[in-house]
Amino acid sequence: MKRRSIVKYAAVAAALSLGLTACSGSGSEDAKESGTVRVTLANHVWTEGIKAAIPEFEQSSGLKVELTQLGEDQLSDQYNVKLNAGSDEIDVMMYRPLQEGKAFAKNGYLADLTGKVSSDAAWDWKDYQEGPVKATTVDGKVVGVPIITEREVLYYRKDLLQAAGLQVPKTMEELEAAAKAIKASSPDTAGFVARTGKSAAVTQFSSFLYSFGGDFTDASGKSTVNSAAAKEAYAFYGGLIRNYGPANVSTDMSWPEAMAIFTQGKAAFYTEADSLYKNATDPAKSKVADTVGFAALPAGPAGSKPYNIPSWGLAVNEASGNQDNAWKFIQWATSKDRTLAAQKAGVPGPRASVWANSEGTSTYPKDLAEAIAVSAKNGVGHDRPEVVTVGKAREIVGEPIVASITGGDASAAADSAHQAFQQFLDNEKK
Amino acid sequence: MSVMNAPRSAPARSAGRPPSMRGNFSNWSNRHRKWLFAAPAMIFVGVLIVFPLAWTLYLSLTDSQGSVRAATEFIGLQNYLTVLSDTERFWPAVGRTLSFTGVALVCEVVLGMGIALLLWRPFRGEKWVRVAILLPLVATPVAVGMMWRLIFDPNIGFANQLLGMIGIPAQPWLSGQDTALGTTIFMDVWQWTPMVVLILLAGLTSLSDEPDEAARVDGASAFQRFFYITLPLMMPTVIVAILLRGIDALKTFDILYATKGKGGGSFHEVETLNVYAYGLSFDYNQYGLSSAVLILFFMIIIGTMWLLTMRKKAVSK
Repeated sequence: MKRRSIVKYAAVAAALSLGLTACSGSGSEDAKESGTVRVTLANHVWTEGIKAAIPEFEQSSGLKVELTQLGEDQLSDQYNVKLNAGSDEIDVMMYRPLQEGKAFAKNGYLADLTGKVSSDAAWDWKDYQEGPVKATTVDGKVVGVPIITEREVLYYRKDLLQAAGLQVPKTMEELEAAAKAIKASSPDTAGFVARTGKSAAVTQFSSFLYSFGGDFTDASGKSTVNSAAAKEAYAFYGGLIRNYGPANVSTDMSWPEAMAIFTQGKAAFYTEADSLYKNATDPAKSKVADTVGFAALPAGPAGSKPYNIPSWGLAVNEASGNQDNAWKFIQWATSKDRTLAAQKAGVPGPRASVWANSEGTSTYPKDLAEAIAVSAKNGVGHDRPEVVTVGKAREIVGEPIVASITGGDASAAADSAHQAFQQFLDNEKK
Repeated sequence: MSVMNAPRSAPARSAGRPPSMRGNFSNWSNRHRKWLFAAPAMIFVGVLIVFPLAWTLYLSLTDSQGSVRAATEFIGLQNYLTVLSDTERFWPAVGRTLSFTGVALVCEVVLGMGIALLLWRPFRGEKWVRVAILLPLVATPVAVGMMWRLIFDPNIGFANQLLGMIGIPAQPWLSGQDTALGTTIFMDVWQWTPMVVLILLAGLTSLSDEPDEAARVDGASAFQRFFYITLPLMMPTVIVAILLRGIDALKTFDILYATKGKGGGSFHEVETLNVYAYGLSFDYNQYGLSSAVLILFFMIIIGTMWLLTMRKKAVSK
């Protein structure tokens, strides 16, 4: 997007906020009369399932659904412009509770759903796991319904481990030794791969941080990214990639790039969100579909502590004049049946009853289902700093990851990140 | 004129009766026709250029962040002071913007001139060659970014495999801290040289043959004829090419964003002013600060444009 377009966006946002808010009522009147629910969703396996089932909802409710589907970044930009402008063009929105939740709630973009979630006993809000509910509750108000949960697990290549006579690593030390052995025996294959981008890697690094006994902040909200445990975790994660990762490793990798290296058969171990497992097990996308195995995150000095978080949720736009119909859509899309169907299609959900149901994990590889069960038990409820401006915070705490990957001084980088992060936290409190 | 006269006769016909609505409108539009005809253009300029600029200027003087509808405080030039004293992100971004533009522009003009000279004289298959050369120009920049990103992938990319075949070790390309900006410049040159060729070729074909022939008779070499005759005559066209391409290169966003994402990479290695301003507003939601960067950036563009226009006037004289 060039400057001109940014200016155009600003113009649209500004014009909407100034002038069109006055006529916003009329737009929603139309929507109410025609019974249209405007739903904005991200590109995701979950969305594909919902899209296919929408006719079913339209038939039973008599409402019409207008669906907009966008990539993650485009979705964020859309929300930034439209919600900023107070637009009522969106009724239901798919959002990332940990990334945008606090900022959206603070800006008053999300409608309060507290009354609605407890109004229907059959739909059963109490069935939702505690971690995800916490993430979609802000200042005691429920502002979203979690739809997708994820935990970090270890993806590995059964054939490579077998050929090298190695066991599936249970601890971080064993993981490092195994990665080293594989890299040494076949230099073309990386022992280990994971995200490397400064901001993108933060979420996957977080599980290493917790497993080494650290966290981004302490109970009082002060930065702890330079604690001894954090420094060790930074050095370990970066070291694994620097020493046993792919040659010429890029420091811009998010999951599509890292996943591509693993599914092209160029790496033995890969730590990533379990919700992306289909990319590795689908023969159309992966060269290693037959030989991929899953295990719980290896234990560090503080045990195995992967994150266990709701990556996506559904919310209602506060400016929407169609909130009741929006809620009807959410109620349907997050019902027990729909959650079970989504979970069977490979999207881990947030409902305890679906996990308890053997049908809920029937389509999962057996080792993955076991790894998920373990992770759900010891999981930590966040995978990034719990702040308002998450984008900036991720860049700050991600700095030492990249420093460590490129062979810089991780400890010094952690110290300067600590300083910057503390300043950021102080500013945010103001 | 008959069209314009027609409404004038309307009130005459209806004299004595209260004027109809249509008549009223005709009268009114006739009296204000200079405004009426200019209105669409003026509304366009007002809504899409003046208003956004004024709004951006206003935002740059406030502490707007989080949401533009949230209460903001007028803080004067504070944002500008913050930005201008920022040696970590802002000044390096200015440096990258200028070096990206400068290097890309020099390569594009030199290469473009070379190619234009080759295509100047008619030859067989000329049409096909011209079409082939123009192809990069019609490709979408984001698609171009994605394509080169795949080619330059350090592990599974085609570029390194090709180098491997001739025994050269793999290069980091886009993923290297020192090589990323150069690689994006290469992509820009690949895509936009054809436009420079097009402009220069138009200039070349409009040149008269006589000075060149006279020099030839006097025994000037090809080298001398180019530097002492063709180039000076072409100077106004070259400056137009530099002006058009330069402004566009300063504003480059798509290929940088498509190849390195938000923030221009983990080390901000390709973060130009545009990418920085985008990150400030869409990632950090600091609209005040972002607007200040955009206004400063706007001033840089205006300044460059002014310098080049002055130069063009001097050359034309």
